[in-house]
Amino acid sequence: MTEMTYRQALHDTLRAEMLRDDAVVLLGEEIGIFEGSYKITAGMLTEFGDQRVIDTPIAEEGFTGAAVGMAMLGLRPVVEIMTLNFTLLAIDQIVNHGAKIFGMFGGQTSVPMVIRTPGGGGQQLAATHSQNLEVWYAHVPGLKVVAPSNPADAKALLTASIRDDDPVLFLENLSLYNTKGEVPDGEQVGEIGRAAIAREGSDITVISYSRATLIALEVARQFESEGVSVEVVDLRSLRPLDRETVCASVRKTTRAVVLEDDWLTYGVGAEIAATIQEGAFDRLDAPVRRVAAAEVPLPYAKPLENAALPTAQDLTKVVGEVLDATRFTR
Amino acid sequence: MSDQDVAPVPERDLGEISSPHHHETVAPGVPVRDVTDGGPEMVQFLDADGKRVSRGNCEPYEPILEGLDPETMRSLYRDLVLVRRVDAEGHALQRQGELGLWPSLLGQEAAQVGAGRAMSTQDYAFPGYREHGVAWCKGVPPLNLLGMFRGVNHGGWDSNANNFHLYTIVIGNQMLHATGYAMGVQRDGAVGTGDPSRDTAVMAFTGDGGTAQGDYNEALVFASVAHAPVVFFVQNNQWAISEPNERQFRVPPYQRAKGFGFPGVRVDGNDVLAVYAVTKHALDEARSGQGPTLIEAFTYRMGAHTTSDDPTKYRVSAEVDLWREKDPIKRMRSHLEREGIADPAFFDGIDAEADALAAEIRTGCQNMPDPELPTMFDKVYAEQHPVIDRERAELIAYHAGFEEGN
Ligand SMILES: Cc1ncc(C[n+]2csc(CCOP(=O)(O)OP(=O)(O)O)c2C)c(N)n1
Ligand SMILES: [Mg+2]
Repeated sequence: MTEMTYRQALHDTLRAEMLRDDAVVLLGEEIGIFEGSYKITAGMLTEFGDQRVIDTPIAEEGFTGAAVGMAMLGLRPVVEIMTLNFTLLAIDQIVNHGAKIFGMFGGQTSVPMVIRTPGGGGQQLAATHSQNLEVWYAHVPGLKVVAPSNPADAKALLTASIRDDDPVLFLENLSLYNTKGEVPDGEQVGEIGRAAIAREGSDITVISYSRATLIALEVARQFESEGVSVEVVDLRSLRPLDRETVCASVRKTTRAVVLEDDWLTYGVGAEIAATIQEGAFDRLDAPVRRVAAAEVPLPYAKPLENAALPTAQDLTKVVGEVLDATRFTR
Repeated sequence: MSDQDVAPVPERDLGEISSPHHHETVAPGVPVRDVTDGGPEMVQFLDADGKRVSRGNCEPYEPILEGLDPETMRSLYRDLVLVRRVDAEGHALQRQGELGLWPSLLGQEAAQVGAGRAMSTQDYAFPGYREHGVAWCKGVPPLNLLGMFRGVNHGGWDSNANNFHLYTIVIGNQMLHATGYAMGVQRDGAVGTGDPSRDTAVMAFTGDGGTAQGDYNEALVFASVAHAPVVFFVQNNQWAISEPNERQFRVPPYQRAKGFGFPGVRVDGNDVLAVYAVTKHALDEARSGQGPTLIEAFTYRMGAHTTSDDPTKYRVSAEVDLWREKDPIKRMRSHLEREGIADPAFFDGIDAEADALAAEIRTGCQNMPDPELPTMFDKVYAEQHPVIDRERAELIAYHAGFEEGN
């Protein structure tokens, strides 16, 4: 085990995969000389050269589409898109081509590519630079979407994503890069599609992913001092979705709250609530609740942005309401 | 907005990372280029010493300069100085934590003032995120720019009041908006009527990096096919964050215009007279129904990409020094002195005006109040909606709940 940041875990994993397999190539804006907007590709250009670390012109659809083409030839491109917001410029290549070529070409060629991109608000980057659009991609059969919340999962899932034969959207988060955690040494290949019980508990389940998992864990710790045992499920993968782990947890605790950074309507929480409805309804003591972002384009002003994003305070309040509604005594 | 993007790019997060191959300075294989040479076609009327010259394909533009009176020449200088001061103030305020981000225009004053001053009142500008100088010329109060970068208002100014659209941070998008707006101008019958107060042109601004984007290239196709009254103004400041021209294109933007079916002109972007003349000519053509023009202003980004960037990581200081010699303000000042158009009292007066403006901006910025929380719901839809009303009410109740200690 080594303690390291999420950023370092991504960097080390990318490098390890580059060393292991010559087919892995990196493409994106500012990833070479500048070493990436978030320094994930630090040192890569020097070590691997410009045939494998490609600084591209500013044209997201261009380099994403080129990566689809490279992947069809057997390369394993890892594309960095500066923010999830800019995947919108490339969405046709991702959704109509990356996700569908395997099926529409009768299984003749798969598209083993990874799109790494950070989502999330909270950095005062305003409405077009702060979105959580992961459900757009999680909605699409043919794509996989992973969203690790800690350095160990970042390592294991990035390794798995690069080795996966299908296109994977690998969701990072601006506010996770500097967070630290213990990371197992040596090769770690995670399983895409498996949620984690990030914290065991018996009274209520909070389901979350990516940055929001850290908030869920913080709130769980606070409730512990009040004698409430909160279980935290970290989805890790939004597609495929591990419905079994979610339902098993809720069947045990009988109460569920989803914490998500995206907008409420049609968000990740809507899918989780439906999953619980189908798989744990008979055990529920209260309706599933969701804590999500305000349904507005994210404001630039700091106090407004803070108020629009879900916080630990919001989650604490809703968890408390569910407990009170079910006459849980604390 | 704060992109790193401005934020134009997302906030540069330079957290420590250890890599066995981390390099600190310019990457290997990146030669020191002569990025100061705009080539023989570049239109130039003032050389680096402020001497009046006629270089490049300058013939069509000479007559426009003949018409410039001393008063106009002095006011161009005044704009250059005040714009640089506003920019310096924006930079300083961001450094002091008063603004979320600031993309500096340092070095690009002549390109922006030349273009902005060539526009008629009714001409409409679609800026990127660095066009503070054009904003100034179009009459947008500097405090409104600062308010937007401070994040205290959504839409720092009324675009229609000054015919200056809001900043666009996602690279290239505004080129299409400008083209569509110009197609609207055509449909309003405000092109080629011969009435100078009616005929309207549109200007679209982007950078060298923006020319790779799909939206940019599609906009050029549309404008060409529609013969729209739009002038595309590319400030080639040699860098797109850390990526130099070589990583963006092999044929410079002005030469590519021909392939789209309209003229392209490269102009010395540090020569305010040349930029003014070339832009005025292109706008006149557009207004009179002669279709689009692409102008590439050859200039240099003297500062960082934005306040979240550190350019010493990817470019050599020798390059910056070379461009400092071509400073647009120094050049215009030498010209005015050389021609006896302005005396020392004039220059002192402008400096004093700049000091006063800076002080005014500074206090104005610091005194801007934060917006009220419920206002975030006010501009989601043009028409108010019960669902939004309910969400607003819930937010108010929620926060009131905490205040009461519930
Ligand atoms: C679609 C999109 N991709 C990436 C970015 C991040 N970004 C912001 S500014 C910039 C460089 C733009 O360079 P250029 O067009 O030359 O303009 P300059 O900043 O030099 O004025 C990049 C890549 C963005 N804002 N939008
Ligand atoms: Mg540029």
